[in-house]
Amino acid sequence: MSDKVYMVPNPPTPNKAVEFNPDICSGCNLCVDVCPTDVMMPNPEKKKPPIVLYPEECWYCGGCVEECPRPGAITMLHPTQQRISMNWKRKDTGELFRLGMKNPPPPNTRPPSG
Amino acid sequence: MSTWHEYIQRNASIPEWPYPINYGKVNEVVTDVLVIGGGVAGCQAAINAAKKGVKVAIAERGHAKRSGSGGAGVDHWHGAVTNPCSKVTPEMYTRACYDSMQGYTGGHVRYIITKESWDTLLDCEQMGIQIRDVNDEFKGADFRDEETKLMFAYDYENKHIIRVWGYDIKPKLYEEAKRVGVNIYNRMMVTSLLTEGGNQGARVVGATGVDTHTGEFYVFRSKATVIATGGAGRLSVFAPEITASGTMADMNSAGVGQAIGWNAGAEFVCTEASGPGGLVGFGYAPYSTANASNTYHGTPIVDADGKEVPWIDVFGRELKTVEDRFLPQEGQQFQLGIGIGISRTNQEFRLNDINPDLPERLRRGEFKLPLYADMTRLSEMERRCIWGMMVGNEGKTRIPIYDTYTKAGFDPDKDMMQAPVMPLEGYFNACYWAGGPNTPPTVRGMGGGGFLLDWDLKTNLEGLYAAAGGTIFGGGCHGESHTTGRYAGRHAAEYAKTAAEPVADSRQIEAEKTHSYSAVKQSKEGNGWKEINAAIARIMRDYCGRHKNELTLNLGLRLLNELKTTELASAYASNPHELGRLLECHALISVGELVIKASLERKASNSILDFHRLDYPEMDPPEWQKLLPIKQVDDKVEVRDLPLDFHLKPPYAPTYEENYQLHCGS
Repeated sequence: MSDKVYMVPNPPTPNKAVEFNPDICSGCNLCVDVCPTDVMMPNPEKKKPPIVLYPEECWYCGGCVEECPRPGAITMLHPTQQRISMNWKRKDTGELFRLGMKNPPPPNTRPPSG
Repeated sequence: MSTWHEYIQRNASIPEWPYPINYGKVNEVVTDVLVIGGGVAGCQAAINAAKKGVKVAIAERGHAKRSGSGGAGVDHWHGAVTNPCSKVTPEMYTRACYDSMQGYTGGHVRYIITKESWDTLLDCEQMGIQIRDVNDEFKGADFRDEETKLMFAYDYENKHIIRVWGYDIKPKLYEEAKRVGVNIYNRMMVTSLLTEGGNQGARVVGATGVDTHTGEFYVFRSKATVIATGGAGRLSVFAPEITASGTMADMNSAGVGQAIGWNAGAEFVCTEASGPGGLVGFGYAPYSTANASNTYHGTPIVDADGKEVPWIDVFGRELKTVEDRFLPQEGQQFQLGIGIGISRTNQEFRLNDINPDLPERLRRGEFKLPLYADMTRLSEMERRCIWGMMVGNEGKTRIPIYDTYTKAGFDPDKDMMQAPVMPLEGYFNACYWAGGPNTPPTVRGMGGGGFLLDWDLKTNLEGLYAAAGGTIFGGGCHGESHTTGRYAGRHAAEYAKTAAEPVADSRQIEAEKTHSYSAVKQSKEGNGWKEINAAIARIMRDYCGRHKNELTLNLGLRLLNELKTTELASAYASNPHELGRLLECHALISVGELVIKASLERKASNSILDFHRLDYPEMDPPEWQKLLPIKQVDDKVEVRDLPLDFHLKPPYAPTYEENYQLHCGS
């Protein structure tokens, strides 16, 4: 543990609102351009994912994800207090699931209508 | 790498503001029509003005491609009564709204909406929005018309509310606005309306604003102006760390349009009304938990043991089948949907619903918590329509809910979504994600009040028009925003064609400029915008909350002014973003003053307006059944009496249709 420790404010609530996968994101900043509330700012380093600066101003419209040309580069993360309240139960087996659980079931791949 | 904290820890340096800053640099924009607010209403206003051949500019707070409450999508469209399948007429629909609200909604605006809602939707179809089941995915469903391929919501008998695939409606509107030559100014925090001679009550000739990326100043000079902004969600509740994700209105919802209108001398009605709305307290992610309302109307709700809770019709009779939930029952003419601003008072036009005695049944142990939405009990078509089509297209649902849930493995064919576990009173209403005691009872929006408009959707000020569901008296929901925007844009363009050149007052511009940059010149120890906003909301909750009297209201006014001249006057903005948010705090204070002053003028309690005066406790005295239009003249309040049905009295014609034909233009 040789990393320097800094005086920084507490992480904001919610911490992130959106999360970037640096392996997929090309740093094109299209999401930054369309965000209605400037949640994200361009990274000073070119081709790097944007910086989430104002996560508490996100209203979770999902527009950044829709705008993104590279699927998987951005993931919308509802605040943990909402992820913890998104629960469902399999009718036949009674199994309990929730958004963000450790061992999630396989994705349902059916696309929306239209 | 994603967050600012990560960046700091990795680089040990704070990133500089990414946009070039030029505080004070003045940009002049000259246009025929200026539209303030580039949401769905503003884009429609701009597109339809531009189609009249005039020069149009939009001043938008965020970015017009995806911004606004309607920017995140739409799954059903109200008031399309002139569609070929509808059994409801504009007259029937308007009277249903007006009678349900006992007159406290703009009947003329409702009539305009129902006359043009379907045409507006056809315009959207032309822009590339899917409004029909063109792929025959729902062929044979009882909510689909086989000839037109239109699909209906709520009332499958009368077919006046249309299900639409509107997740991309905003990008399509944006493209159309650009195609017809609209000039769009994004990130624009509008600070004032410019008036002739700088005088309150004079003709509106433009606006001023600050770019919240660059800090540059904008002077818009326009022959006609359309206000198409949203509500004032941050006025009474402000806790974005907790609430922002649970709302249907984003952080930009600061009542800027109302504030600049009020300060310019525009007239408002019913802003004293309260009711749930705006930033919903501690609500859940919209549409994310079990519920049976709105998009999920008709969804079976079962208890922990799988026992289904009963549905009743408008007369309290228990419904026998799932199919019955989508049909008016014997004795009911037709049903109005959820989300048009009058659901609390829908009276005999109410939807079939889960029995509101559910809290009592839960208390008695008849049903066991938690409750679940069991969509497997729906027909395959209905289930696919609610989850795959509507949740796939409604605002804040395609990515936030459909995509998120399906990626996490949720399958509506097999799984039951859980409802929040909350105090039992919360199960009174089937919209379990939004309402109930888990949201503070003091949440108060503008409650259906707004700009008082005439049959041209023009304000009392020359050159100033207004549109948008939550901003005008008589508005409604998503479709209503499009339709009023379209109508107001047309009329603003017609006016602009013959109007004199706009002459702005240079002293007014200079004063606005000075005011706009005050916060960047204060001590760096000054308060930040969130601190101020929270204080404004505290004042409004405490002094203009559910219960109020003359004294509390006057104390509230005093404290708003205190805040404005002390903590807000010395507040500091370290970058253009913070500056924009602080300027919004000024707007919020103006709107707060409007709401409190309107509340002082109504010296009677009113049930429809959810308005409770402790010093005038008698509910609904007949002599107070009227509108009280309020405006500022020389910064003093001026109020008049106006009959509820003013829109059918001189100078107007006595019928809706005559007035519409006289004013609709083409």
